[in-house]
Amino acid sequence: MPTEAGPVAVIGGSLTVADILGGCKARWGIGRLSYIVPPGLYAIGAPDRAAPVVVTANYKMSYDLVRRALDRRNIWLLVLETYGINVWCAAGKGTFGTGELVRRIADSGLCRVVDHRRLLLPIMGASGVKALEVKKRSGFEVRFATLRIGDLPTYLDNGMQADHEMRELTFSFRERLVLTPIEMVGGMKSLAYAGLPLALLGGFGGGSFSVQRFLVVFLLYGMALFCGTFLVPLLLPLIPGRMFAVKGAIVGSVSALLAGVSLGRFSVAGRLELAAMVLMMGAISAFYAMNFTGSTPFTSPSGVRREMQCSLPVMAGAVLLGIVLLVMGMLLP
Amino acid sequence: MRGFRYIPGVVTLELDQDICIGCGICPQVCPHLILEMQDSKARIRNRDECMECGACALNCPVKAIRVDAGVGCASGMINQWLAGFNIRLKKDASSCSPP
Repeated sequence: MPTEAGPVAVIGGSLTVADILGGCKARWGIGRLSYIVPPGLYAIGAPDRAAPVVVTANYKMSYDLVRRALDRRNIWLLVLETYGINVWCAAGKGTFGTGELVRRIADSGLCRVVDHRRLLLPIMGASGVKALEVKKRSGFEVRFATLRIGDLPTYLDNGMQADHEMRELTFSFRERLVLTPIEMVGGMKSLAYAGLPLALLGGFGGGSFSVQRFLVVFLLYGMALFCGTFLVPLLLPLIPGRMFAVKGAIVGSVSALLAGVSLGRFSVAGRLELAAMVLMMGAISAFYAMNFTGSTPFTSPSGVRREMQCSLPVMAGAVLLGIVLLVMGMLLP
Repeated sequence: MRGFRYIPGVVTLELDQDICIGCGICPQVCPHLILEMQDSKARIRNRDECMECGACALNCPVKAIRVDAGVGCASGMINQWLAGFNIRLKKDASSCSPP
Protein backbone atom coordinates (compact mmCIF):
# COMPACT_ATOMS: atom_id res chain seq x y z
CA MET A 1 0.00 0.00 0.00
CA PRO A 2 1.22 3.53 -0.68
CA THR A 3 2.32 5.69 2.24
CA GLU A 4 4.09 9.00 2.52
CA ALA A 5 7.30 7.08 3.07
CA GLY A 6 6.80 4.98 -0.06
CA PRO A 7 5.03 1.68 -0.65
CA VAL A 8 4.66 -0.71 2.29
CA ALA A 9 4.04 -4.44 1.89
CA VAL A 10 0.62 -5.59 3.07
CA ILE A 11 0.68 -8.96 4.83
CA GLY A 12 -2.10 -11.29 5.90
CA GLY A 13 -2.78 -12.63 9.34
CA SER A 14 -3.42 -16.24 8.42
CA LEU A 15 -0.64 -18.80 8.21
CA THR A 16 -0.39 -21.12 5.22
CA VAL A 17 0.56 -24.80 5.41
CA ALA A 18 4.05 -23.79 4.27
CA ASP A 19 4.33 -21.32 7.19
CA ILE A 20 3.29 -23.95 9.72
CA LEU A 21 5.59 -26.55 8.15
CA GLY A 22 8.42 -24.01 8.15
CA GLY A 23 7.85 -23.38 11.85
CA CYS A 24 7.98 -27.12 12.56
CA LYS A 25 11.19 -27.47 10.59
CA ALA A 26 12.75 -24.62 12.57
CA ARG A 27 11.71 -26.32 15.83
CA TRP A 28 13.62 -29.40 14.64
CA GLY A 29 16.65 -27.32 13.70
CA ILE A 30 16.26 -27.59 9.92
CA GLY A 31 17.44 -24.37 8.29
CA ARG A 32 16.71 -22.57 11.54
CA LEU A 33 19.38 -19.92 11.21
CA SER A 34 18.17 -18.88 7.76
CA TYR A 35 14.45 -18.81 8.60
CA ILE A 36 14.13 -15.07 8.14
CA VAL A 37 12.02 -12.30 6.67
CA PRO A 38 13.40 -8.99 5.37
CA PRO A 39 13.42 -6.31 8.08
CA GLY A 40 11.33 -3.16 7.59
CA LEU A 41 7.79 -1.86 7.88
CA TYR A 42 4.78 -4.05 7.03
CA ALA A 43 1.05 -3.38 7.04
CA ILE A 44 -1.34 -5.90 8.60
CA GLY A 45 -4.83 -5.21 7.23
CA ALA A 46 -5.34 -1.55 6.29
CA PRO A 47 -3.69 0.53 9.03
CA ASP A 48 -4.21 4.30 9.06
CA ARG A 49 -2.09 7.09 10.50
CA ALA A 50 -3.34 6.38 14.02
CA ALA A 51 -2.90 2.59 13.93
CA PRO A 52 -0.60 1.03 16.55
CA VAL A 53 2.97 0.10 15.62
CA VAL A 54 4.12 -3.32 16.86
CA VAL A 55 7.83 -4.19 16.80
CA THR A 56 9.24 -7.70 16.40
CA ALA A 57 12.28 -9.70 15.24
CA ASN A 58 12.96 -10.99 11.74
CA TYR A 59 12.98 -14.65 12.81
CA LYS A 60 10.17 -15.87 10.58
CA MET A 61 8.54 -17.78 13.43
CA SER A 62 8.33 -14.62 15.55
CA TYR A 63 6.96 -12.63 12.61
CA ASP A 64 4.42 -15.35 11.74
CA LEU A 65 3.15 -15.63 15.31
CA VAL A 66 2.72 -11.86 15.58
CA ARG A 67 0.81 -11.49 12.33
CA ARG A 68 -1.36 -14.49 13.17
CA ALA A 69 -2.23 -13.00 16.57
CA LEU A 70 -3.10 -9.68 14.92
CA ASP A 71 -5.22 -11.22 12.16
CA ARG A 72 -8.15 -9.03 11.06
CA ARG A 73 -6.72 -5.97 12.76
CA ASN A 74 -5.14 -2.89 11.27
CA ILE A 75 -1.60 -2.67 12.57
CA TRP A 76 1.81 -1.48 11.43
CA LEU A 77 4.48 -4.13 12.00
CA LEU A 78 8.07 -2.96 12.27
CA VAL A 79 10.47 -5.88 11.82
CA LEU A 80 14.00 -5.43 13.13
CA GLU A 81 17.10 -7.09 11.68
CA THR A 82 18.00 -9.69 14.31
CA TYR A 83 19.61 -12.10 11.83
CA GLY A 84 16.84 -14.64 12.24
CA ILE A 85 17.05 -14.76 16.03
CA ASN A 86 13.98 -14.51 18.27
CA VAL A 87 13.30 -11.38 20.33
CA TRP A 88 14.63 -12.60 23.67
CA CYS A 89 17.90 -14.09 22.45
CA ALA A 90 18.45 -11.16 20.10
CA ALA A 91 17.83 -8.69 22.95
CA GLY A 92 20.39 -10.58 25.05
CA LYS A 93 22.90 -10.27 22.24
CA GLY A 94 21.99 -6.66 21.54
CA THR A 95 20.73 -7.09 17.98
CA PHE A 96 17.15 -6.47 19.09
CA GLY A 97 18.49 -3.28 20.56
CA THR A 98 18.30 0.48 20.82
CA GLY A 99 20.60 1.11 17.85
CA GLU A 100 18.79 -1.20 15.45
CA LEU A 101 15.38 0.11 16.52
CA VAL A 102 16.37 3.76 16.01
CA ARG A 103 17.96 2.92 12.67
CA ARG A 104 14.92 0.97 11.49
CA ILE A 105 12.55 3.79 12.51
CA ALA A 106 14.58 6.19 10.38
CA ASP A 107 15.01 3.80 7.41
CA SER A 108 11.31 2.95 7.25
CA GLY A 109 10.24 6.60 7.42
CA LEU A 110 7.86 5.66 10.21
CA CYS A 111 7.44 9.26 11.37
CA ARG A 112 5.90 10.10 7.99
CA VAL A 113 3.58 7.08 8.07
CA VAL A 114 1.93 7.56 11.48
CA ASP A 115 0.86 10.66 13.38
CA HIS A 116 1.43 9.26 16.87
CA ARG A 117 4.85 8.56 18.36
CA ARG A 118 4.38 5.28 20.19
CA LEU A 119 5.84 1.79 19.65
CA LEU A 120 4.65 -1.46 21.21
CA LEU A 121 7.50 -3.81 22.07
CA PRO A 122 7.51 -7.28 23.60
CA ILE A 123 8.62 -7.17 27.24
CA MET A 124 11.31 -9.76 26.44
CA GLY A 125 12.92 -7.12 24.23
CA ALA A 126 13.56 -4.82 27.19
CA SER A 127 16.96 -6.31 27.96
CA GLY A 128 18.18 -4.92 24.64
CA VAL A 129 16.18 -1.73 24.24
CA LYS A 130 16.70 1.36 26.35
CA ALA A 131 13.33 3.09 26.10
CA LEU A 132 14.53 6.55 27.18
CA GLU A 133 17.32 6.59 24.63
CA VAL A 134 14.97 5.53 21.84
CA LYS A 135 12.71 8.44 22.78
CA LYS A 136 15.62 10.84 22.81
CA ARG A 137 17.07 9.69 19.49
CA SER A 138 13.91 9.01 17.47
CA GLY A 139 11.07 10.82 19.24
CA PHE A 140 9.19 7.55 19.63
CA GLU A 141 7.96 6.45 23.03
CA VAL A 142 8.61 2.75 23.70
CA ARG A 143 5.90 0.89 25.51
CA PHE A 144 6.69 -2.63 26.67
CA ALA A 145 3.37 -4.35 26.07
CA THR A 146 3.12 -8.04 26.91
CA LEU A 147 5.39 -11.06 27.31
CA ARG A 148 3.45 -13.44 25.12
CA ILE A 149 2.37 -12.65 21.59
CA GLY A 150 -0.97 -14.29 22.29
CA ASP A 151 -1.85 -11.63 24.86
CA LEU A 152 -1.34 -8.79 22.39
CA PRO A 153 -4.96 -8.68 21.11
CA THR A 154 -6.33 -8.48 24.67
CA TYR A 155 -3.76 -5.81 25.48
CA LEU A 156 -4.91 -3.75 22.50
CA ASP A 157 -8.58 -4.27 23.37
CA ASN A 158 -7.89 -3.21 26.98
CA GLY A 159 -6.74 0.19 25.79
CA MET A 160 -3.06 -0.84 25.91
CA GLN A 161 -3.14 -1.93 29.52
CA ALA A 162 -1.36 -5.11 30.56
CA ASP A 163 -2.72 -6.99 33.53
CA HIS A 164 -0.62 -8.91 36.01
CA GLU A 165 -0.79 -12.18 34.06
CA MET A 166 0.39 -10.61 30.81
CA ARG A 167 3.52 -9.38 32.56
CA GLU A 168 4.52 -12.55 34.36
CA LEU A 169 6.50 -15.28 32.65
CA THR A 170 5.30 -18.85 32.55
CA PHE A 171 6.97 -22.07 31.49
CA SER A 172 4.10 -24.46 30.97
CA PHE A 173 4.20 -28.09 29.86
CA ARG A 174 3.37 -27.05 26.31
CA GLU A 175 5.93 -24.26 26.33
CA ARG A 176 8.56 -26.79 27.40
CA LEU A 177 7.40 -29.48 24.97
CA VAL A 178 7.92 -27.34 21.86
CA LEU A 179 11.52 -26.71 22.93
CA THR A 180 12.50 -30.37 23.17
CA PRO A 181 13.00 -31.22 19.46
CA ILE A 182 15.91 -28.82 19.07
CA GLU A 183 17.45 -30.21 22.27
CA MET A 184 17.13 -33.78 20.98
CA VAL A 185 18.56 -32.89 17.57
CA GLY A 186 21.52 -31.19 19.24
CA GLY A 187 22.11 -34.18 21.50
CA MET A 188 21.89 -36.72 18.70
CA LYS A 189 24.99 -35.29 17.07
CA SER A 190 26.99 -36.73 19.96
CA LEU A 191 25.90 -40.27 19.04
CA ALA A 192 28.70 -40.28 16.48
CA TYR A 193 31.59 -38.87 18.52
CA ALA A 194 30.69 -40.12 22.01
CA GLY A 195 28.01 -42.82 21.73
CA LEU A 196 29.84 -44.88 19.11
CA PRO A 197 33.27 -45.02 20.84
CA LEU A 198 31.60 -45.84 24.15
CA ALA A 199 29.55 -48.61 22.56
CA LEU A 200 32.70 -50.02 20.91
CA LEU A 201 34.43 -50.05 24.29
CA GLY A 202 31.41 -51.81 25.78
CA GLY A 203 31.31 -54.26 22.89
CA PHE A 204 34.80 -55.48 23.75
CA GLY A 205 33.77 -56.04 27.37
CA GLY A 206 33.80 -59.84 27.31
CA GLY A 207 37.34 -60.09 25.92
CA SER A 208 36.10 -60.50 22.36
CA PHE A 209 33.78 -58.19 20.47
CA SER A 210 30.08 -58.82 20.93
CA VAL A 211 27.56 -57.10 18.69
CA GLN A 212 24.88 -57.56 21.31
CA ARG A 213 26.89 -55.79 24.01
CA PHE A 214 27.76 -53.04 21.54
CA LEU A 215 24.08 -52.50 20.75
CA VAL A 216 23.08 -52.48 24.41
CA VAL A 217 25.60 -49.77 25.29
CA PHE A 218 24.63 -47.75 22.22
CA LEU A 219 20.97 -48.07 23.17
CA LEU A 220 21.69 -46.99 26.73
CA TYR A 221 23.57 -43.96 25.42
CA GLY A 222 20.58 -43.04 23.26
CA MET A 223 18.36 -43.43 26.28
CA ALA A 224 20.56 -41.12 28.36
CA LEU A 225 20.26 -38.52 25.59
CA PHE A 226 16.50 -38.94 25.60
CA CYS A 227 16.44 -38.45 29.38
CA GLY A 228 18.52 -35.26 29.29
CA THR A 229 16.98 -33.65 26.23
CA PHE A 230 13.35 -34.74 26.48
CA LEU A 231 12.29 -36.20 29.83
CA VAL A 232 14.03 -33.63 32.04
CA PRO A 233 12.71 -30.58 30.10
CA LEU A 234 9.24 -32.03 30.06
CA LEU A 235 9.08 -33.11 33.71
CA LEU A 236 11.26 -30.22 34.92
CA PRO A 237 9.26 -29.03 37.94
CA LEU A 238 8.51 -32.58 39.08
CA ILE A 239 12.12 -33.81 39.31
CA PRO A 240 13.89 -33.09 42.60
CA GLY A 241 16.94 -30.80 42.69
CA ARG A 242 17.58 -27.14 41.94
CA MET A 243 20.43 -27.76 39.52
CA PHE A 244 19.45 -29.07 36.13
CA ALA A 245 22.47 -31.37 36.20
CA VAL A 246 21.15 -33.01 39.38
CA LYS A 247 17.75 -33.50 37.77
CA GLY A 248 19.44 -34.99 34.70
CA ALA A 249 21.67 -37.27 36.77
CA ILE A 250 18.69 -38.62 38.71
CA VAL A 251 16.59 -39.39 35.62
CA GLY A 252 19.58 -40.67 33.61
CA SER A 253 21.05 -43.00 36.20
CA VAL A 254 17.70 -44.40 37.35
CA SER A 255 16.77 -45.14 33.72
CA ALA A 256 20.16 -46.75 33.09
CA LEU A 257 19.78 -48.87 36.22
CA LEU A 258 16.29 -50.02 35.25
CA ALA A 259 17.26 -50.71 31.63
CA GLY A 260 20.55 -52.34 32.66
CA VAL A 261 18.85 -54.65 35.13
CA SER A 262 16.12 -55.65 32.68
CA LEU A 263 18.63 -56.20 29.87
CA GLY A 264 21.12 -57.81 32.24
CA ARG A 265 20.20 -61.39 31.62
CA PHE A 266 20.93 -60.93 27.93
CA SER A 267 24.20 -59.14 27.73
CA VAL A 268 25.44 -56.59 30.28
CA ALA A 269 26.36 -59.38 32.59
CA GLY A 270 28.61 -58.12 35.35
CA ARG A 271 27.82 -55.69 38.09
CA LEU A 272 30.88 -53.64 37.18
CA GLU A 273 29.41 -52.97 33.76
CA LEU A 274 26.08 -52.08 35.27
CA ALA A 275 27.75 -49.63 37.66
CA ALA A 276 29.72 -48.19 34.76
CA MET A 277 26.53 -47.68 32.75
CA VAL A 278 24.69 -46.02 35.62
CA LEU A 279 27.60 -43.63 36.19
CA MET A 280 28.15 -42.72 32.57
CA MET A 281 24.54 -42.45 31.51
CA GLY A 282 23.78 -40.35 34.59
CA ALA A 283 26.58 -37.99 33.59
CA ILE A 284 25.48 -37.80 29.95
CA SER A 285 21.88 -37.12 30.88
CA ALA A 286 23.08 -34.53 33.43
CA PHE A 287 25.14 -32.74 30.77
CA TYR A 288 22.25 -32.43 28.36
CA ALA A 289 19.84 -31.45 31.11
CA MET A 290 22.28 -28.68 32.07
CA ASN A 291 22.25 -27.51 28.47
CA PHE A 292 18.54 -26.90 28.77
CA THR A 293 19.25 -23.97 31.11
CA GLY A 294 19.84 -21.99 27.92
CA SER A 295 16.24 -22.50 26.85
CA THR A 296 14.50 -21.75 30.12
CA PRO A 297 13.25 -18.30 31.09
CA PHE A 298 14.21 -18.46 34.77
CA THR A 299 17.88 -19.47 35.04
CA SER A 300 20.34 -16.67 35.78
CA PRO A 301 23.84 -16.67 34.24
CA SER A 302 25.32 -16.55 37.76
CA GLY A 303 23.36 -19.67 38.64
CA VAL A 304 24.36 -21.48 35.47
CA ARG A 305 28.01 -20.59 36.11
CA ARG A 306 27.74 -21.95 39.65
CA GLU A 307 26.01 -25.08 38.41
CA MET A 308 28.69 -25.71 35.80
CA GLN A 309 31.51 -25.23 38.28
CA CYS A 310 29.94 -27.74 40.66
CA SER A 311 28.72 -30.31 38.21
CA LEU A 312 31.15 -30.49 35.28
CA PRO A 313 33.99 -32.03 37.37
CA VAL A 314 31.54 -34.56 38.80
CA MET A 315 30.30 -35.48 35.32
CA ALA A 316 33.83 -35.87 34.00
CA GLY A 317 34.76 -37.98 37.03
CA ALA A 318 31.72 -40.21 36.59
CA VAL A 319 32.51 -40.84 32.91
CA LEU A 320 36.17 -41.59 33.68
CA LEU A 321 35.26 -43.92 36.51
CA GLY A 322 32.75 -45.61 34.22
CA ILE A 323 35.44 -46.21 31.60
CA VAL A 324 37.80 -47.60 34.26
CA LEU A 325 35.07 -49.97 35.46
CA LEU A 326 34.38 -51.11 31.89
CA VAL A 327 38.06 -51.82 31.33
CA MET A 328 38.29 -53.62 34.68
CA GLY A 329 35.31 -55.74 33.66
CA MET A 330 37.23 -56.75 30.54
CA LEU A 331 40.27 -57.88 32.48
CA LEU A 332 38.45 -59.72 35.25
CA PRO A 333 37.39 -63.26 34.41
CA MET B 1 8.44 -17.74 38.55
CA ARG B 2 5.55 -19.78 39.81
CA GLY B 3 6.44 -23.47 40.10
CA PHE B 4 10.12 -22.97 39.33
CA ARG B 5 13.09 -22.24 41.58
CA TYR B 6 16.73 -22.06 40.55
CA ILE B 7 19.89 -21.95 42.67
CA PRO B 8 19.41 -19.48 45.55
CA GLY B 9 21.89 -16.87 46.73
CA VAL B 10 23.81 -16.33 43.49
CA VAL B 11 21.94 -13.50 41.77
CA THR B 12 23.89 -10.25 41.37
CA LEU B 13 20.92 -7.86 41.23
CA GLU B 14 21.40 -4.76 43.39
CA LEU B 15 19.22 -1.70 43.81
CA ASP B 16 20.34 1.55 45.41
CA GLN B 17 17.17 3.10 46.78
CA ASP B 18 18.97 6.38 47.57
CA ILE B 19 19.61 6.92 43.87
CA CYS B 20 16.18 5.68 42.70
CA ILE B 21 13.92 8.49 41.51
CA GLY B 22 10.80 6.34 41.45
CA CYS B 23 10.15 6.61 37.72
CA GLY B 24 8.51 3.18 37.72
CA ILE B 25 10.08 1.77 34.56
CA CYS B 26 11.82 -1.23 36.18
CA PRO B 27 8.64 -3.01 37.32
CA GLN B 28 7.34 -2.62 33.77
CA VAL B 29 10.28 -4.32 32.10
CA CYS B 30 10.90 -7.13 34.61
CA PRO B 31 9.45 -10.40 33.26
CA HIS B 32 9.45 -11.98 36.72
CA LEU B 33 7.85 -9.13 38.64
CA ILE B 34 10.93 -8.97 40.90
CA LEU B 35 10.72 -5.22 41.25
CA GLU B 36 7.80 -3.28 42.62
CA MET B 37 7.09 0.29 43.62
CA GLN B 38 6.68 1.10 47.29
CA ASP B 39 6.49 4.66 48.69
CA SER B 40 7.58 5.98 45.26
CA LYS B 41 10.78 3.95 45.30
CA ALA B 42 11.58 0.68 43.56
CA ARG B 43 12.00 -2.35 45.79
CA ILE B 44 13.34 -5.86 45.17
CA ARG B 45 10.64 -8.37 46.02
CA ASN B 46 12.49 -11.64 45.58
CA ARG B 47 16.08 -11.50 44.38
CA ASP B 48 16.42 -15.27 43.96
CA GLU B 49 13.78 -15.29 41.23
CA CYS B 50 15.80 -12.88 39.06
CA MET B 51 17.23 -14.34 35.84
CA GLU B 52 19.67 -11.45 35.34
CA CYS B 53 18.35 -10.42 31.94
CA GLY B 54 19.43 -6.85 32.67
CA ALA B 55 16.31 -5.11 31.34
CA CYS B 56 15.84 -3.12 34.57
CA ALA B 57 19.44 -1.91 34.77
CA LEU B 58 19.49 -0.99 31.08
CA ASN B 59 16.28 1.02 31.34
CA CYS B 60 16.98 2.71 34.69
CA PRO B 61 17.53 6.42 33.91
CA VAL B 62 19.77 7.02 36.95
CA LYS B 63 21.73 3.74 37.10
CA ALA B 64 20.28 2.81 40.48
CA ILE B 65 20.21 -0.87 39.49
CA ARG B 66 23.26 -3.03 38.96
CA VAL B 67 23.20 -6.57 37.68
CA ASP B 68 25.80 -8.78 36.06
CA ALA B 69 23.53 -9.42 33.09
CA GLY B 70 23.82 -12.04 30.44
CA VAL B 71 22.22 -15.07 28.89
CA GLY B 72 22.13 -18.12 31.19
CA CYS B 73 23.12 -20.66 28.59
CA ALA B 74 25.48 -23.52 29.46
CA SER B 75 26.49 -24.38 25.91
CA GLY B 76 27.24 -20.72 25.22
CA MET B 77 29.47 -20.57 28.30
CA ILE B 78 31.28 -23.79 27.39
CA ASN B 79 31.94 -22.42 23.92
CA GLN B 80 33.25 -19.20 25.45
CA TRP B 81 35.61 -21.13 27.71
CA LEU B 82 36.83 -23.25 24.83
CA ALA B 83 37.30 -20.14 22.71
CA GLY B 84 39.53 -18.88 25.52
CA PHE B 85 41.78 -21.88 24.82
CA ASN B 86 41.45 -21.28 21.07
CA ILE B 87 39.29 -24.34 20.61
CA ARG B 88 36.28 -24.04 18.35
CA LEU B 89 33.75 -26.81 18.04
CA LYS B 90 31.63 -25.15 15.40
CA LYS B 91 32.08 -22.42 12.87
CA ASP B 92 29.79 -20.12 14.82
CA ALA B 93 30.51 -19.59 18.50
CA SER B 94 27.18 -20.92 19.69
CA SER B 95 24.13 -22.47 18.15
CA CYS B 96 22.02 -19.36 18.59
CA SER B 97 24.46 -16.58 17.81
CA PRO B 98 23.85 -14.33 14.82
CA PRO B 99 26.37 -14.42 11.95
